[in-house]
Amino acid sequence: MSSDQTLNPETLPEQPERATLEGKNKFLGFWFFLGGETVLFASLFGTYLALNNATNDGPGAEELFGLELVFIMTMLLLTSSLTSVYAMYHMKNNSFSKMQLWLGITVLLGLGFLGCELYEFYHYIHGEGFTLRSSAFGSAFYTLVGFHGGHVTFGLLWIVTLMVRNAKRGLNLYNAPKFYIASLYWHFIDVVWVFIFTVVYLMGVI
Amino acid sequence: MSTATAQKRGFGAAIWDYLTTVDHKKIAHLYLVSGGLFFLIGGLEALLIRIQLIKPSNDFVSAGFYNELLTMHGTTMIFLAAMPLIFALLNAVVPLQIGARDVAFPFLNSLGFWLFLFGGIILNCGWFLGGAPDAGWTAYAPLSAVSPGHGVDFYVLGLQISGAGTLIGGINFLVTIINMRAPGMTYMRMPLFTWTAFVTSSLILFAFPALTVGLFLLMFDRLFGSGFFNASMGGNSVIWEHLFWIFGHPEVYILILPAFGVFSDVLSTFSKKRLFGYTAMVFATTLIGFLGFMVWAHHMFTTGLGPAANSIFAIATMAIAVPTGIKIFNWLFTLWGGSITINSAMLWALAFIPTFTIGGTTGVMLAAAAADYQYHDTYFVVAHFHYVIVGGVVFGLFCGIHYWWPKMFGKILNETLGKITFWTFFLGFHLTFFIQHFLGLMGMPRRYWTYLPNQELDTGNLISTIGAFLMAIGTIVFIINVIYTSVKGHKVSGDPWDGRTLEWSIPSPPPHYNFKQTPLVRGLDPLWIEKMEGRKGITPAEPLDDIHMPNPSILPFIMSLGLFIAGFGFIYQVDNLAFLWVVILGMGITLGAMFVRSIKDDLGHHIHKEDLEEGADQ
Repeated sequence: MSSDQTLNPETLPEQPERATLEGKNKFLGFWFFLGGETVLFASLFGTYLALNNATNDGPGAEELFGLELVFIMTMLLLTSSLTSVYAMYHMKNNSFSKMQLWLGITVLLGLGFLGCELYEFYHYIHGEGFTLRSSAFGSAFYTLVGFHGGHVTFGLLWIVTLMVRNAKRGLNLYNAPKFYIASLYWHFIDVVWVFIFTVVYLMGVI
Repeated sequence: MSTATAQKRGFGAAIWDYLTTVDHKKIAHLYLVSGGLFFLIGGLEALLIRIQLIKPSNDFVSAGFYNELLTMHGTTMIFLAAMPLIFALLNAVVPLQIGARDVAFPFLNSLGFWLFLFGGIILNCGWFLGGAPDAGWTAYAPLSAVSPGHGVDFYVLGLQISGAGTLIGGINFLVTIINMRAPGMTYMRMPLFTWTAFVTSSLILFAFPALTVGLFLLMFDRLFGSGFFNASMGGNSVIWEHLFWIFGHPEVYILILPAFGVFSDVLSTFSKKRLFGYTAMVFATTLIGFLGFMVWAHHMFTTGLGPAANSIFAIATMAIAVPTGIKIFNWLFTLWGGSITINSAMLWALAFIPTFTIGGTTGVMLAAAAADYQYHDTYFVVAHFHYVIVGGVVFGLFCGIHYWWPKMFGKILNETLGKITFWTFFLGFHLTFFIQHFLGLMGMPRRYWTYLPNQELDTGNLISTIGAFLMAIGTIVFIINVIYTSVKGHKVSGDPWDGRTLEWSIPSPPPHYNFKQTPLVRGLDPLWIEKMEGRKGITPAEPLDDIHMPNPSILPFIMSLGLFIAGFGFIYQVDNLAFLWVVILGMGITLGAMFVRSIKDDLGHHIHKEDLEEGADQ
């Protein structure tokens, strides 16, 4: 019973991401990791809420934030979450090329989001003179939103690496859990953004 | 086993073996040795503190150096000694107790260790690079944010890296305990040590990220000019207190719960009785874990959160005495009517019960918010937390190390030396810390460099220092015992204590695949059940077959080394922006190693059935 045979069955089981013990461990371990990440972002949100009025006579939320760009960013990221669901749907149907296609669209949407965020930061820093060092509010804003942006960047690198690495060999029970947890991570990033959109931008402007 | 292999294959090969190992038993050795070394360093710092305080107006060490000593003593003992020594026991025992061949994530297990070690080294580098951290182990802002020099930077980067390692270890044990249990090992049949490991791991998972964030904020304030704790930029230093204690209070339960597990297993084994009130013990453990998250603000009674917040946190804190009391009574009832063997391991367990009860009592006193205004930041607090952390955690570690030493190394620690260790350390401990309750009540503040003569503090401090030296002697005797046992000790069987749980059903030290055949668990104390039915070993759950094992890897070491290098880059880019290249180099190494890990398949290897059968004949 070599690993090759067990990991490359004729037909994939219904839940290829949890068909092996390694897959089950990855699945559960990653959910726990996301639990820890939740505490991490909760701490950052708490810090932001404590400091969001500490503008130190610099620009505040109402002057800075415009909802148009943020709306586009939100749509990009929410859609990318949906496309990653499609990718996982095709993974379970064992149609590798369709999964790659939808993951590719997910990455493009994520890149679009990241581009908008970079533009936004650039605009704040050079247009408004609002930086990490402007005020405690600036520190909290860039740390919270920047941590999220860092997660997006890491997620993109991760998904692209998986796509390139497995482009030629297709799906098997060894890489199915890897694709699956990458998509879980992507959903998590999306959920965090929903909270950032609400707590930072909506509550900041309204 | 490790020494035998080392002699066969040479010293370099043995080093390489430990650098690349993913075997939980060898990782336990690594944690034990490095945690032990940090324990000695932290102990040395404690001795220097006590020598400074031996007489009034002493100037044995300078005031600045004293600040560094007390900061590094606390930080080292909590993060670099107690945590890794607990992980040493977790790694050595938990997979064996649940009948698993390895942990769920062997690679991450190794990564967790190397991150901890490199983080610990960064923290201690401060001593040689212009000054160690000096803002207390709690590093309260704004002091920590403005403390000059690079001392606190070493604290921030060192703890950040080693904290990541701890978080990884916590997730690993959670998944191991949920997914890797042998057939029949239901949750309510798990030994209590495994239960406490489980609850502790979930506390790690939900507590450490708060520290991660706190450390990031402090790092950004110190290194990149942000203003989280800088009042002149609108910052608020109370945020640090909250984040630190949201982590810090669960941390003390992270430390004490595994010790509770050790005592439960040891008291049951050496009383020859099933643990009294097993279900209540499990319930109490989870309840303590749960309540542990609700009480962080009792460290902040004097911060000024207001009477409502203080009352709520006071009541929640006092509530923890209930499950802890359940545990104390269950341990006593386990002893009651038992056929008791008293040896070194058992002595630590017996001494723990009254010692920890004293610590718990002062804990309830401190929880009374109104009274806490009197106790806060005095030696009363110092006495309290040393009674619970030394009297609970360190006693637990000594107990567990004596109990599982034969399982880890195949030899029993010398009993005479073990008893000398116990009595010197035990007496020294009470001599050091009991008197400190009274020093605190008389008004001696903690963390002060010195005190004036004729304030009735002289005798108490002298006694305390004498006690500290007794504890040092006890520790030295323990080291002598370890050396003596490894040279002169006799090999023992797999079950020297007439044990009750699965780890005693396999040879000592265990083969690297642990169980030749996965055991079938038929109840609580599975080995004892088989013994009572006249069998010699555990019934296997499967026929003899090939065993799948993970491959060793150097990548965890390289990933941690990369972060270690990047850490120095972050610290020194304040002085010279060229150090940003060091950051890029270090992060590049780490990300590169992660990339290699991601693209290179690691399918593990198989131990073949025929080799296993040969092993049986030896």
